[in-house]
Amino acid sequence: MTKPSWRSDFPLLANRPDLVYLDNAATTQKPAAVLDALARYYRCTNANVHRGAHRLSDEATAAFEAARETLARRINARSSREVLWTRGTTEAINLVAAAHGPLAVGTGDRILITEMEHHSNIVPWQQLCQRTGAVLMAARVLPSGEIDHDDYAAKLEEEPRIVSISHVSNALGTVNDLASLIPSAKAVGATVVVDGAQAVAHFHVDVQALGCDFYAFSGHKMYGPTGIGVLYGREELLEEMPPWQSGGEMIERVRIEETTYASLPFKFEAGTPDISGAIAFAAAVDYLDRLDGDAIESHEASLLAYASASLNQVEGLRIVGTARAKGPVVSFLLDGSHPHDVGTLLDQQGVAVRTGHHCAMPLMDALGIAGTVRASFSLYNSRQDVDKLCRAVRTAASML
Amino acid sequence: MPAAAAPCLDDIRSTFGFFDAWQDKYAFLIDIGKSLAPLPEADRTEGNLVRGCQSQVWLVPHFDGDKVHLAIDSDAHIVRGLIAIVLAAYDDRPPRQILDFDIEGLFDELDLIGHLSPTRGNGLRAMVARIRNIAREHAAS
Ligand SMILES: Cc1ncc(COP(=O)(O)O)c(C=O)c1O
Repeated sequence: MTKPSWRSDFPLLANRPDLVYLDNAATTQKPAAVLDALARYYRCTNANVHRGAHRLSDEATAAFEAARETLARRINARSSREVLWTRGTTEAINLVAAAHGPLAVGTGDRILITEMEHHSNIVPWQQLCQRTGAVLMAARVLPSGEIDHDDYAAKLEEEPRIVSISHVSNALGTVNDLASLIPSAKAVGATVVVDGAQAVAHFHVDVQALGCDFYAFSGHKMYGPTGIGVLYGREELLEEMPPWQSGGEMIERVRIEETTYASLPFKFEAGTPDISGAIAFAAAVDYLDRLDGDAIESHEASLLAYASASLNQVEGLRIVGTARAKGPVVSFLLDGSHPHDVGTLLDQQGVAVRTGHHCAMPLMDALGIAGTVRASFSLYNSRQDVDKLCRAVRTAASML
Repeated sequence: MPAAAAPCLDDIRSTFGFFDAWQDKYAFLIDIGKSLAPLPEADRTEGNLVRGCQSQVWLVPHFDGDKVHLAIDSDAHIVRGLIAIVLAAYDDRPPRQILDFDIEGLFDELDLIGHLSPTRGNGLRAMVARIRNIAREHAAS
């Protein structure tokens, strides 16, 4: 089932008709609705927000806060006060580590992640450990690319104060079973952080149903612009956290002796925010909401199944990551060939994939490989794209 | 596989001149890459890695009188092909000749950089910068 109408929503794909874009896990292309929202904002509404004084500023503020409402609704947050704008997933996780971390951990306390995390869900915790004397642990990953639930359970017995896990692996596509991982972490009293960067574009996320304390994601991986992302945080936790950056926008009253801070969510949004980015991000969500979410999911699942079956026909090709539940990502290796060589030869044939460690070096170490070639699909990809990928892979294999 | 003789610059220039299709260029790069003598495992150390390359590239210089001998290797075939070209230009030359050689001109002539991703191109330039540094230091010593 292909949906040509979806594809035609994306100007870049029309401008580059020969491109087979399969690097969607890195960033997706943007629909016209998002580009229009960006341009419309600057053409018609641009003013600084929350600074009252004139009508244009009021309009910009209303659009900016409406965007927050849209995002809150999309992830089913209790209120838009729980939705903080960030630059993306990376900044969102850094915010949690910087502002909540020291409240949650001290010397000797445990922080639990998994071996499959993106570096941005590893390094902020390492730095928190350096600052506080806490200890970082990582639950093992099985050869299938799934979290070893036994090892996870064993590590939970050490009662980590923070557990931070990805919803979907960017390198392999594994969809982690949060319905079981989160309750067991909550049962030992941990703060649960979810890196949702690779989930939000592919299925509906309900933060209340998940029961997590924080959920981080990026606009640019779900058809929105770069430079904008969201940190969802439970209001009780956000209330007790100190600001992490300071300046304008985040204050209530400043005296030279002392400052009182603004209420949520502004306490965490120092400085002029990415107003146009937030508004265009909401336009991306509106775009997704207008499409049928089930149809997107089944289209992407069928692409994944078709790509996996087709690639498995290529002699000497091994798919890395064979979890039962996967997002539309196929990571693979060609026998005896370096992923960069394969990627270069695919690029020459107009097929854009990602090669290397995918910012998940510990995962590559755990799997005993240096990297993979990764094809990641999106709603606008088609079976023809998969066919072109497979043809290009065969050509590369014959040359290497 | 018996290692074929390393190609010399003139061979590389004239062979590249015949190619139109990207496949031919890459097939040749992969081919000359395969003819490159591999670096012993013991030399594939962290310290010998060239920083700035996307794939791993190890470089070990030796000095023979006033000549700089270079042993370079990579874990990727296409990069080994690029190394073979760099070696054809630089290997077993006195430092002065290395420093005077117009390698950008060679890359332009072969239309190499245009066919490489920017990160690959940067890796190639990192390798060149390292070799020129070695030549400069050897010339000064
Ligand atoms: C799983 C995962 N986490 C975090 C990130 C970081 O996202 P960003 O670069 O948008 O901050 C990415 C993006 O590559 C990702 O795939």
